[in-house]
Amino acid sequence: MALLDQAARDICVLTYVCKDRSFPSVAAKHPPALRLERAIESLFGLKAVGLPDPRPWLDLGSWDVVHPLGMPKSTGKPAPYAFLPAEGEGLHQIPVGPVHAGIIEPGHFRFTANGERVVRLEERLGYVHKGIESLMAGASLKSAGRLAGRTSGDSTVAYACAFAQAVEAALQLTPPLRATYLRALAAELERLANHFGDIGAICNDASFALMHAQCGILRERTLRAAEACFGHRLMMDVVIPGGVAHDMAQQGAAAVRALLVEVRRLFPRLIELYDNTASLQDRTVTTGIVRAEYARQFGAGGYVGRASGRNFDARRDLRYAPYGDLKFEVPVLEAGDVNARVWIRIREIEQSLSLVEQILAALPAGKVKVTVRSNGRICEGMGVTEAFRGDVLVWLRLDAKGRVSRCHLRDASWFQWPLLEVAIEDNIVADFPLCNKSFNCSYSGHDL
Amino acid sequence: MRRTFFESLSKGPLTEAPPKPDKAALAELAKSIDRAARAKLGRSLSIREVDAGSCNGCELEIHALNNAFYDLERFGLRFVASPRHADVLMVTGPVTKNMRDALLRTYNATPDPKWVVAVGNCAVDGGIFADSYAVAGGVKDVIPVDLHIRGCPPSPTELLKGLLALLESANWKAHSG
Repeated sequence: MALLDQAARDICVLTYVCKDRSFPSVAAKHPPALRLERAIESLFGLKAVGLPDPRPWLDLGSWDVVHPLGMPKSTGKPAPYAFLPAEGEGLHQIPVGPVHAGIIEPGHFRFTANGERVVRLEERLGYVHKGIESLMAGASLKSAGRLAGRTSGDSTVAYACAFAQAVEAALQLTPPLRATYLRALAAELERLANHFGDIGAICNDASFALMHAQCGILRERTLRAAEACFGHRLMMDVVIPGGVAHDMAQQGAAAVRALLVEVRRLFPRLIELYDNTASLQDRTVTTGIVRAEYARQFGAGGYVGRASGRNFDARRDLRYAPYGDLKFEVPVLEAGDVNARVWIRIREIEQSLSLVEQILAALPAGKVKVTVRSNGRICEGMGVTEAFRGDVLVWLRLDAKGRVSRCHLRDASWFQWPLLEVAIEDNIVADFPLCNKSFNCSYSGHDL
Repeated sequence: MRRTFFESLSKGPLTEAPPKPDKAALAELAKSIDRAARAKLGRSLSIREVDAGSCNGCELEIHALNNAFYDLERFGLRFVASPRHADVLMVTGPVTKNMRDALLRTYNATPDPKWVVAVGNCAVDGGIFADSYAVAGGVKDVIPVDLHIRGCPPSPTELLKGLLALLESANWKAHSG
């Protein structure tokens, strides 16, 4: 278990030996741990003593085994999953998914509504569970890195960085300075591409197609600049333990500078358009409110937390390289609605543009990777990076031969998905796509 | 809004010339698509996308097909919200065991004649996730597949090449058959 002391900007990792295959439930006192502990029970067969909700999580009864990461045994037909009750006059249920109407990831949403108004939403996730942790066990650093970079494709750079940091911490390596700058360049391009795409998609869910089309153009231009720099539009497998796989291509800097010019020309106009379109504001303002105390309690990362007053950004608070050398602000708002989450992302785009500029101006010369060699001992390491949707944490243990023996990847979505259930309460069913998109939690990153 | 709107009108479209259909895809399709299906479907195809376990990377690039640069709809191809409206299922990901039933049910809900396009390396054979207890395999291990578009993820241009090959096969037979 990893704990953050925000005032001291320090993280500690606790290890608890489960002697009789059980451990005291943290969720009994601290609800955000609930789904993590349910997943531990389902995957490892370790019992969380005092767990308030013992239903399985991620295990939908189709693996042919139970406890695949613990002591696997084959199973018969699983008991049907009982959704939480909602009782009262005139209530009806709307089951949605796992296959959704848009081009998005699969998951199941069970709405209980009174007419248009949502009384309760319950999520059931795990449909894209690929068993990443089992594939990590025994994997070489190269294969493990590829897996980490495909935990949530939209955050491949953030995951690869967190994984690389964890390996480097375990082996006590320092990547070259130039590599850390290139990592940050890739990470900020990734953030820009996702923010552009999602701002457009949120507006599209309110049927405002012009913003969608214009933001789509900016997203495409960002991906093309990324490809010019690193040879891959999403920048997969660019960041590796020890540095980056290869240096930025020669035409990269010019492509990124051209992108900055284009974004600065077009984006202010789009912000104005968003801000001055009453029909759009009507849909986003006061919709899907996350209360500040929930954001704090759940340690909600990214724009979900920062739109509800939680002032945390791993880049600033953990100051991993090279962000200690760079100047940027972390926007924070209090309203907690869809509109606030959009505004946080608008402000973050502005910050990322400035960061990209600083990175290009200060890009140090030198090597882009160091050789990664096992030190012949079993060792552990942890890395945390700020993905576009919030903090990604990777913890791993390497064996004496330098292979991964255990690796856990924790997406920010674990602490955002539960808040979506609360945010939609008392909103109308038709506003769910808008709320959902404004969170844009990862299914794959959560389901592992 | 007016400025953005007029600028879009006066500057001409960003849409790029289409790529040539992929040769390998044409060869794969020639084997798999029967005559009757081609004659019925003709030139316009509705696509239903199903994520059967992907990391969401493929979805991002499939989304990009709708942007101004690639403009998928100019070819008569469009994404629809229900398998009941679809001619083509575009499936991504290694098929997870947790998604196998949902994929099968989506396939069964799609009216005949229909095609299945498997997108991405994982959709071919499970890719880097193939050896997991939670993965059923590639798309072809669960439903019949007519066309594979490889890549991790395939770029929008690669996706277009594959889809144009699909359209061309449909068209060619519609005229000759």
